[in-house]
Parts: sequence; structure tokens; C-alpha cells
Amino acid sequence: MGLLDYFRSSQPKGSANMAKERLQILVAHDRAERHRPSYLPNLQREILEVIRKYVDVDMNAVSVNYEQEETHEVLELNIVLPDTVRNRA
Amino acid sequence: MARIIVITSGKGGVGKTTTAAALAMGLAQRGSRTAVIDFDVGLRNLDLIMGCERRVVYDFVNVINHEANLNQALIRDKRCDNLYVLPASQTRDKDALTKEGVGRVLDELSQGFDFIVCDSPAGIEHGATMAMYYADDAVVVTNPEVSSVRDSDRMLGILASKSRRAESNEEPIREFLLLTRYDAVRVDNGEMLSVKDVQDILSLNLLGVIPESKAVLNASNAGVPVILDRESDAGLAYGDAVGRYLGEDLPHRFVNAEKKGFFSRLFGG
Repeated sequence: MGLLDYFRSSQPKGSANMAKERLQILVAHDRAERHRPSYLPNLQREILEVIRKYVDVDMNAVSVNYEQEETHEVLELNIVLPDTVRNRA
Repeated sequence: MARIIVITSGKGGVGKTTTAAALAMGLAQRGSRTAVIDFDVGLRNLDLIMGCERRVVYDFVNVINHEANLNQALIRDKRCDNLYVLPASQTRDKDALTKEGVGRVLDELSQGFDFIVCDSPAGIEHGATMAMYYADDAVVVTNPEVSSVRDSDRMLGILASKSRRAESNEEPIREFLLLTRYDAVRVDNGEMLSVKDVQDILSLNLLGVIPESKAVLNASNAGVPVILDRESDAGLAYGDAVGRYLGEDLPHRFVNAEKKGFFSRLFGG
């Protein structure tokens, strides 16, 4: 048993590394979420309402992304128009 | 004016009450008048860990509701004259802790004490937010384990946004990390997050590393804060943490595994 342990312990084990990597990703994601302005969901809903007055887009067609960079914040809007609209244009 | 310290974690079972009892006793032993308050309404346990469960007559909620005054509810510790315990209510609704009521009791305690240690319940519900709302300092108790580290990070977000200091744009709460149940041997084997791993993620002021220790259960069995066990590694580590909180620059003990010799490893010694 002691002898086995001795040889086994020389092999690299990685569960702590896995824990750290998973946590780093998760915590970065949690923090990004936390720092979003609270008006984002409303902004997204209202933009979608305006667009839907003119174009019949899907409820999930607008994505609003907020990113904080070193000196400025980026608010990114992504609107997917349906195929028929693109063909007409 | 007292300094208000919240002991918080998000996750349950990481050692908040053990830590609250140890830090409060440590501060009191060094001569500061200290009160320790149990905010876990409905699941009070601090009195058990402090060994004063049979002396509870009135509780925190009685004081908030003007059914008793502070002097009636505070329990003086039998081992240390500077230390008082304010137990939680066992039966009442947790909403009994109102922001105004808690503020009034803390204000009154502030007149006669140097430190007020608030033992937070687990979770991020009402009791936990009340425990941290008025804090000047926060000790975030974390185990080297994924869910505990994540919850601690979540608590840091709440401390930074939903406390009195945050709401009134005052200097933010000072945040400290206390890593508990640390097993240096498992860290060496790569099976447990190291102090550095946790610090890479949370990057807080490290108050202490408390080793996984049999002394903690022995102490809670007996109702004696583990810091009084000066023979134990955990007791000494809490003692160091109190020193660091008071500004002493102490090296971290119990962070590295004792090196076993070749033969003791070979024969499983």
C-alpha cells in the first residue's frame, strides 16, 4: 500500500486544475452578468417592439450585448431580419 | 463607535459560525469589548458553538420588537468578560429582522462595544442580507471547493451593491478571505484548490487559512470556540487571523504539508 502510494503520487493528478479552470470561466461569466446595466432587458424589449412595427421579426431576433472594456463600454445590438425582407431589398 | 464585521459565505456548512465564535472570542481576549450576533433566525446555532445555549432567555428579535432590552438579551461569556452573545430567535419568522430594527440594535450596541461580529445565515435571502447591510468589514469564509468559491464571488457582488455603504456611496466594505477546511496534503497532490488558486479567482485580502482539523468538531461538541484550543492547528490559525485583522503582519502557517521522508512514504508511515 505504502509502496503503491509512493509511485502513484509521482503521477500528475488534475482535479484541482479542472476545478480552477471551470471556476475561472464561471466566475468571469457571473461577473459580466452582474455588471450589466439593469435597463438592458427593457431596452431589448422596446427595440424589438419598434422593429416589429415594420418588420415581422422573431421574438428572439434581437440580441443586446453589453461589454465593458478598459476605457469604454460597448453596447452591441444584433438584429436578425427574416429572409423574405432581405430578398425584397 | 463599534466596527461591524459580517461573517458571510453564501454557501452553508463552510464554517461561518465556527469563525464568528472564534474571531469574536479572539478579539475579546485581546481586550476589545465584543458582541457576537446570530442572524440565523429560526436556525440558531451560535449559542451552541459558544456553549451558552442554556442561558438564552431573550433574543435578537425580542430586542427588535421592544419585548426586552439589550442588557436582558445579551449573554456574557463565562470565559471572557469582554465578550457578549446575542442569540437568534428559534421560532419566529425571519422577516422579523427589519432594516430599521437591526439598525437600531446595532446603533445601541455601538455605544458600548468596540467590535460587533454578525454571524450570517447561509444563502442570499433576507437574514443574510440583513447581516451584511450595516457591515464595515466582511470576512468571506470559503472552502477550497468549486461551489463555495463561486458562492463567495456571488456574495462579493452583493456586498458591493446592496450594503448601506454601497447605497450611500461611502467607502466600500473591507473584504477579507478566510479559507477554511484546507488540506495541505491534498493540495500538494493536486486534488484540492490551493490558496493561490482561490486567490487568483477572488483576489481578496487573505485573513487566514484554517486547516481541516479534528479540533473544530471537538470544540463544537464541547461548546468552546476552537480559538481557545491553543494546542490545535485550527485554534492557532484562528489566533493568527485575529492578529492579522488587527493589523499584525504574520506569516501563514499550516499552508504547506509537512514533508514526509522517503521511507515513511515508502512504508505508508
